Formats: sequence, structure tokens, C-alpha cells
Amino acid sequence: MIAGENLRGPAAQAIRTGNIMAESQSSGARRHSRPLSPHLQVYKPQLTSITSILHRFSGIALGLGLLYLVCWLVAAAQGMAAFDALQDFNGSVIGRLLLFGWSVAFFYHLLNGIRHLAWDAGFGFELPAAYRSGYAVLIGTGLLTIAAWVYAYFQMGVL
Amino acid sequence: MAGRDENALRSHLGRARGLGSAHEGLHHWWAQRLTALALIPLSLWFVASVVCMAGADYAAVSQWLSQPFTVGALSLTILAVFYHAVLGLQVVIEDYIHGKALKLVLLVGLQFAGFGLAAAAIVSLLVIAFAG
Repeated sequence: MIAGENLRGPAAQAIRTGNIMAESQSSGARRHSRPLSPHLQVYKPQLTSITSILHRFSGIALGLGLLYLVCWLVAAAQGMAAFDALQDFNGSVIGRLLLFGWSVAFFYHLLNGIRHLAWDAGFGFELPAAYRSGYAVLIGTGLLTIAAWVYAYFQMGVL
Repeated sequence: MAGRDENALRSHLGRARGLGSAHEGLHHWWAQRLTALALIPLSLWFVASVVCMAGADYAAVSQWLSQPFTVGALSLTILAVFYHAVLGLQVVIEDYIHGKALKLVLLVGLQFAGFGLAAAAIVSLLVIAFAG
């Protein structure tokens, strides 16, 4: 298939309408009834694709958070002075923003990870179910994050 | 499925070996899922514990870190989370870094950093528990 020629014509049309399989059959790829893979920009963002890329972003953020976790443990092992210095940073605006970001990333990655494990086990792959679980993950992330921070501030006697 | 799928591009030998295009079979996939499963209770326990200790001072935190249950559970959490993170970040590097040399350097660096940081975390934990 000649890409430049077809992309303006039936291929682009097929991609727009989501009928990619039909296009691959009509343009000489008849032997393989497999979908083509158009470039990412062609797609309209959808809940399923957004939750997918957020899983990766939150995973990378949590990887950086692990560096911070190690700092926290090493500081605690070094004694009170190092530990208190780190806790002071935790209490600063930047520290709290970082911890808040990591808490959002954690709850999101946890809930969406459970969603992925359910998919791996063969459950919830139908489109309506995938949308329902996607919204559930987003709402659950918000609720758990708020609950954790309200409880933490309550614990500190601020609330 | 009896016989060969007409659309399959894989050879009979490739199918029998079952190692797939990554040449390592299910190992990466399976390890990522196992560590994910283990991390559901472990990470929830750790985050809940930290949230409950918000505002706690050094004495309270090091007392919590010295308890046998904490040492055991946190060691497992550290092992699982670093293994899981290395597997996940490895895929991110493989997906987006295309230069051969840079990819190799990053993949090796990731493995070293992952295991090195896990060792630092566990040694710190043992120091707090036994020498603190």
C-alpha cells in the first residue's frame, strides 16, 4: 500500500470512522485481516487511552518517589538530626506538593493496576465495562487521596 | 485451534519454543503481575501506616520502624516495589529510547540503581531496628 496516496483518501476516512479493518482489506492487504496502526495524533483522546497513559506517567512518578522513600529511610537510619531535616522539608510547601502528587499517583496506579489485573484475568474487557471501571478508578483516586490527606491533617491536629 | 492459523506469521518452531518476539517468553510479564499483586496489600499497608503517623516525631517513627512486623513487611515491600519499578521503567526505556548505546546504558543503569537503592533501603531498615 502506498501510504501518501491512501492517507488522504479511504484510509483517513476509515481511521476517522474507526473502520480500520475494512480499509486494510480494500487496499491490497486482503490476505491479512489485521488492523493497521495509524499515528497517535489521528486518534481522538478517549477515557481508555487517557487512563492508559496516566498509568505509565504515574508509574514513572512513583519511580522517582522511590528515590525519596530511600532518602527518608537513610535519614531515619542516620539519626534524629537528618530525620528532622527531612521532615522539615516534608512540611514545606514544595515538600507537601511533592507528597500530594505522589499520593495521587499512588492511589491512581494502585486502582488502575487492579483494573489491569482484572483485564489480565479476562474480566471487564467489553467497552462499556472498561468505561465504567475507568470512571471508577478516577473517582476512587479522588476519594482516597482526599481521605488520606484529611485523615493525615486530622492526625496532626490541624483539622 | 487445530492446524495453523492462516494469519499467523510465527513459524512452527517459534510457536513450540513459546518465547515470543522478546525472546524471553512470559517471564517479564509474569513477574510484573506477581509483584503487582503482592504490592496491593503491601503498599496499602505502608501508605496507611505513614498517613496514620503524620506529624509523628523521630522517636515514634523509629520505634515503629524497629518493630519486627514492620521490618519484615517493609523489607518485602521494598523488594517487591523495586522489582516492579525496574520492570516497568525497563519497558518505558525500551519503548521510547531508540539509540542502541543510550538504551543499553539506561537499561544497565536502571538495574544497578534499582538493586542499589533497594539495598540502601533494607540496610537502613536493619540499622534502625538493630543499631538504633
